[in-house]
Amino acid sequence: MTNVNGRFGIHGGQYIPETLMNAVIELEEAYNHYKNDPEFNRELTRLFNEYAGRPSRLYYAEKMTKDLGGAKIYLKREDLNHTGAHKINNVLGQALLAKKMGKTRLIAETGAGQHGVATATAAALMGMECVVFMGEEDTIRQALNVYRMRLLGAEVIPVKSGTATLKDAVSEAMREWTSRIDDTHYCLGSVMGPHPFPTIVRDFQSVISKEIKEQLQEKEGRLPDAVIACVGGGSNAIGSFYHFIGDGGVRLIGCEAAGRGIDTFETAATINTGRLGIFHGMKSYFCQDEYGQIAPVYSISAGLDYPGIGPEHAYLHDTGRAEYVAVTDDEAVNAFEYLARTEGIIPAIESAHAVAHAMKIAPEMDKDRIIVITISGRGDKDCAAIARYRGEDIHE
Amino acid sequence: MSRIREAFAGGKAFIPFITCGDPDLDTTLAAVKACAENGADLIELGIPFSDPTAEGPVIQGANLRALRGGVTTDKIFELVRNLRREVTVPMVFMTYANVVFSYGAERFISTCREIGMDGLILPDLPFEEKEEFLDVCHKYGIDLISLIAPTSQNRIAMIAREAEGFIYVVSSLGVTGTRSEIKTDLASIVEVIRASTDTPCAIGFGISTPEQARKMAGIADGAIVGSAIIKILEKYGKDAPPYVGEYVKSMKDAVRQAEG
Repeated sequence: MTNVNGRFGIHGGQYIPETLMNAVIELEEAYNHYKNDPEFNRELTRLFNEYAGRPSRLYYAEKMTKDLGGAKIYLKREDLNHTGAHKINNVLGQALLAKKMGKTRLIAETGAGQHGVATATAAALMGMECVVFMGEEDTIRQALNVYRMRLLGAEVIPVKSGTATLKDAVSEAMREWTSRIDDTHYCLGSVMGPHPFPTIVRDFQSVISKEIKEQLQEKEGRLPDAVIACVGGGSNAIGSFYHFIGDGGVRLIGCEAAGRGIDTFETAATINTGRLGIFHGMKSYFCQDEYGQIAPVYSISAGLDYPGIGPEHAYLHDTGRAEYVAVTDDEAVNAFEYLARTEGIIPAIESAHAVAHAMKIAPEMDKDRIIVITISGRGDKDCAAIARYRGEDIHE
Repeated sequence: MSRIREAFAGGKAFIPFITCGDPDLDTTLAAVKACAENGADLIELGIPFSDPTAEGPVIQGANLRALRGGVTTDKIFELVRNLRREVTVPMVFMTYANVVFSYGAERFISTCREIGMDGLILPDLPFEEKEEFLDVCHKYGIDLISLIAPTSQNRIAMIAREAEGFIYVVSSLGVTGTRSEIKTDLASIVEVIRASTDTPCAIGFGISTPEQARKMAGIADGAIVGSAIIKILEKYGKDAPPYVGEYVKSMKDAVRQAEG
């Protein structure tokens, strides 16, 4: 899928300061070596299985299926992974790679805090130093995760610049990387940024679709009709899609955060409202104004509150292989509450965007159709914010 | 010879940087004139970007102040038209790839030519991605400036061989901003550059004092100063231009002392 220059169609590339070029070249060379190294893969599989708890369950949501009255719904339970989200898949891979490269320090950006927690976790496990950049606004929205990261031994730096959210955390992590490269690996959390990050992160997350395929084969003896996942940068979505890209009959649906609606300025739906641009090391679609200034995006979900989308998603959109729909705050909150009541599963507010879209399309599909929804993370972290959204002030 | 190279023909060059529209475009106009009148050999005009990832806090602040003031690419083109009535010193834009890409490369770069700009510096456009704008730059005679960093090592000669206008040597790791000490072995980097090309090179990032400027101009062909000037603009606001002029004069005197 990627060509030699890290392009997905016209998207991707390496639009970064010269200071970082040798670092990404070194990373690419190391990755190309270790991805085919049996010892590396054995170690990573052992970490996935013994530490993260893989494979994650593919759960038949019988009550939800009956309630919606249409397609059969399966939930891919990435929320059951250690640290409570799919982020650990990528982080274990990158931390192991960084360690092999002789790096002793991990830095990361985080939005909702899930990637920060996962990075802090891997750093603790592997005895590495860890610094996490998090928008100041998000440190307030996700105070519990800030505490978790500090508990795990990481330093959390609140980022005050710009809109003080995920994009600013990425910018600050990139700035930090340019100032300290020798001993530091930037553990990027999504399928974005300069090549080779979109490829590396996708490869480590592709375990999700590999498992879905095997598990559904075992349970149903066939492929799903649709795979649905939420998309911010797009790591759980590309992980859920990857092994189905070649199966034309499987609909791949990414759910973007529409915030208060794609016809408002308070949205983070990049494919639905953005246009082609160059930012954070990649060419892709971005929410921006007519002069290319990056837009201050909004979503109730800190993890989807990002003005861009990974280059491979931009390419899957261009080719029509995947569809990208917008889901509002309201719809996501409803789905969050619905899944809790119906299945006894509290999904991350990010994942609730995918649940919301499944609730729209499942009733219109025949009963012999199968939908897989990736529950990218657990929703404990969101409970206080959703309570506030419903007008109830609770303390974490 | 491009006008940028001419800027280096008369000895060691001093190159000030100003973010357009900080605090407003009238002040920028007066500050750029003050730079030109006080010996600047080449002037970098920053087009603000919402998320300037190569900048430290000082220039980030200038970008945000300018954008909040309502500055746009079109208004900056108008500023340059006004400047060019009096200022003949070569000038280059310094901005981010998306500002050019989003405006339309052809439309942006042809306008640069029309209004009398000489070059373009894009810190997020490394050697591997320069094809994005290079053909259009050549079509309109705009030099696309290459940057070389302390981490460039085996890349220095490759970049230098294809460089045009001048080479921007980044003095230190990290982002823009004043530094008390510059530790990189810049003499070795400049030595590789000189063995690969006759394109002049100037050192930037972290320079604020005349002593640093003299030292850097002694190693390379010139010195670039941004954050220190932005600090003057931040301190004096609309009254800054004479102070900027005075500072530029002291820095130009310092780089002259580096001439053997």
